[in-house]
Amino acid sequence: MIKTPEKIELFTADGVPLKLSLARVQRRSKMVAFLMVSPLLLFMVFAFLVPIADMLLLSVDNSIVERILPKTVKSIKYWDPHDDKLPDEAVFAAMVEDIKKAKKAREHTKIGTRLNYESSGFASLFRKAGRKVKKINEPPYKKALIKSDKRWGDIQTWRVIKQFSSGYTGGYYLAAFDLKRDFADGSVSSLPEEDSIYLKLFLRTILLSTTITFLTLIIGFPLSYMLAKVPTRISNILIIFVLLPFWTSLLVRTTSWIALLQQEGVINDFLILVGIINEDGRLAMIHNATGTVVAMTHILLPFMILPLFSVMKTIPKSYVRAAISLGAHPWIAFWKIYFPNTAPGIGAGSILVFILAIGYYITPALVGGSSGTFISNRIAYHMSSSLNWGLGSAIGVILLLFVVLLFLLYDKIVGINNMKLG
Amino acid sequence: MANNHKSEAYVSFQNVQKTYDGEILVVKDLNLDAERGEFLTMLGPSGSGKTTVLLMLAGFETATHGEIILDGTSINNVPPHKRHIGMVFQNYALFPHLTVNENLAFPLQVRKIPKSEIEERVANALDMVQLGEFGSRRPMQLSGGQQQRIAVARALVFEPKIVLMDEPLGALDKQLREQMQYEIKELHEKLEVTIVYVTHDQSEALTMSNRIAVFDDGVIQQLAAPNVLYEEPENAFVAQFIGENNTLSGQVSSIDKDTCTVKVGDGESLQALPIKIDGVGSNTMISLRPERVVVNPESGTYPNEVSAEIKELIYLGDHIRSRMNVCGHDDFIVKIPNSANHAQLKPGNSVKVGWMAEDARALDALETT
Repeated sequence: MIKTPEKIELFTADGVPLKLSLARVQRRSKMVAFLMVSPLLLFMVFAFLVPIADMLLLSVDNSIVERILPKTVKSIKYWDPHDDKLPDEAVFAAMVEDIKKAKKAREHTKIGTRLNYESSGFASLFRKAGRKVKKINEPPYKKALIKSDKRWGDIQTWRVIKQFSSGYTGGYYLAAFDLKRDFADGSVSSLPEEDSIYLKLFLRTILLSTTITFLTLIIGFPLSYMLAKVPTRISNILIIFVLLPFWTSLLVRTTSWIALLQQEGVINDFLILVGIINEDGRLAMIHNATGTVVAMTHILLPFMILPLFSVMKTIPKSYVRAAISLGAHPWIAFWKIYFPNTAPGIGAGSILVFILAIGYYITPALVGGSSGTFISNRIAYHMSSSLNWGLGSAIGVILLLFVVLLFLLYDKIVGINNMKLG
Repeated sequence: MANNHKSEAYVSFQNVQKTYDGEILVVKDLNLDAERGEFLTMLGPSGSGKTTVLLMLAGFETATHGEIILDGTSINNVPPHKRHIGMVFQNYALFPHLTVNENLAFPLQVRKIPKSEIEERVANALDMVQLGEFGSRRPMQLSGGQQQRIAVARALVFEPKIVLMDEPLGALDKQLREQMQYEIKELHEKLEVTIVYVTHDQSEALTMSNRIAVFDDGVIQQLAAPNVLYEEPENAFVAQFIGENNTLSGQVSSIDKDTCTVKVGDGESLQALPIKIDGVGSNTMISLRPERVVVNPESGTYPNEVSAEIKELIYLGDHIRSRMNVCGHDDFIVKIPNSANHAQLKPGNSVKVGWMAEDARALDALETT
């Protein structure tokens, strides 16, 4: 931008402002460009942005309580949970009415399931209440309801309902971090060691992904170096071998590792054959963290090699030669001159492999056993088995935020513009 | 330092041969000496073996046979990083992740020179190429010419025994290239450093060098000072490669002591200087510089006088370039000085052209021309 002391508006020969004229000329090409990307844009909006937004909402959504227990939610507003007194008659009356209505719509178990996520026992409480409320037809509702199940007389029950009566909740996020809220005073504390799973899973996912990234780098770097060194004619052929795994199903590649690594598998048999281990000492290399690391390192290796190769290919041979002619030992020339110039490739490859690894699902599910599964397997469990979509979404959002954070960090340290993805 | 120019060889190639595949010799029996402080250029078309010679001297290629001597010792078995040879590459090869200062400090750091001395020498080297204020920049932030100067400074900063330059100006535009030629020549004279320079650009070679080795087909065709190379080419390749050249092919009909008579294509007999001919009856090629030909001479002044037909005239300001048909060759070029008496020339006119026997050199007949 050139700064001029006085801004002079320029005109074309016809007297049209120059900027307007330029905009007119460019409008057509902008329209064409927009039309070209619009199919992708539409696809992205409906297949990517909308589901993500939906997931974000789902992770804090708590509207089910207000929908199924509308009267209770309204009347419980006036009750102070710290008062050590049960809610008054009006709240009980509202609850009985709400449950009756819910029973008719067959929704009383849904609210039970929802509140059961927060405090166990609610599922059976509401199921039982659904059966009993039809007999409660006149006041005092309070007495009748407590008579039907004495848990209704427990102040803790009402504190949970009050806690989760609002339309939005942070409860799923607390659960995702192995935290729980005390319903009496609202304070947040960690779950006992034996009940906490998510933090451990997050930690394991990050640890194993880091290991996988590191291993792909260790294996991929020398290979890429060689690919970049040999004549293009040969490297083109070798690159096909690098890409060959992509032509095979991911499932096939993963299960073939099972055939190799299992206790009765090829590698164990071979080790026994050459006498390194005996029959009792068969190694457990699959259905644990080792299996996940081995299989995923293999599967993600191309994502490390390709960016590394494309960066190394652009480093002129003369750099190392110049360094050597200036008096550097070939090792020093490699380490001080060649290696720093591969940094954009290392950065791109590492971040690519790490991000892919951290969200990987199929391979850990197949070969991970109990000690090699990732947080994504837990998301899948909540989505398809436990049907606790809220918690699944919350974990998904945390994972997404972590990746975004990582990207920002990378941008700050290395610079996204330095990244070359091939 | 007047006695720096010793006559003994500082760099010496002795019977050096090089082959990459065991079948074709890229360099054939090379014998080449360079004196201390000399600016020696290896000039030749691509594939002539000149770059291979340079790489052998730098140590990046090993000689298949023969010996390379630098400063009195054989360096055949010395690895490249211990040869103390500075090198300037065509793409500059400045390290992009280091600043200009760090680039210049690199050869000093690997030699474990104290930090304070490094700073001083780097600053001096930058001043030498007039880029004193650019030390903290990255190479990518500099223009092509500036990068080139940094590359030269880096090759000189550790005071190498010899500096090799591999077509260092090839990536620059014409004007900058000419300016850099003078700057490198000036540095050479000031520092009295030995430079071996590789180029395929003959004007670059003529401008800068003390001596030029013309390479073709793995063999030095001629090794001489620029003026000698231009005025006294020893064979047809050199005559054609250096400067503009007219060739008239024919057969030697008689040889005197200083001159020979050559019968050219259309039966005309011409006098020429016998340089490289096999004897009477052999094929030869007369080489004649376009500026040595005189149009419409007074008859009797020149031993060679033939008629010519003007085919084309190009006005170039200081001279007029004329293509003529002489002795059956219609690509005969004559440079006519822009003086008062040329006005009557027109394409299609017949004129007389003449030249001295000493300016016509009878050389070996090239098969391709």
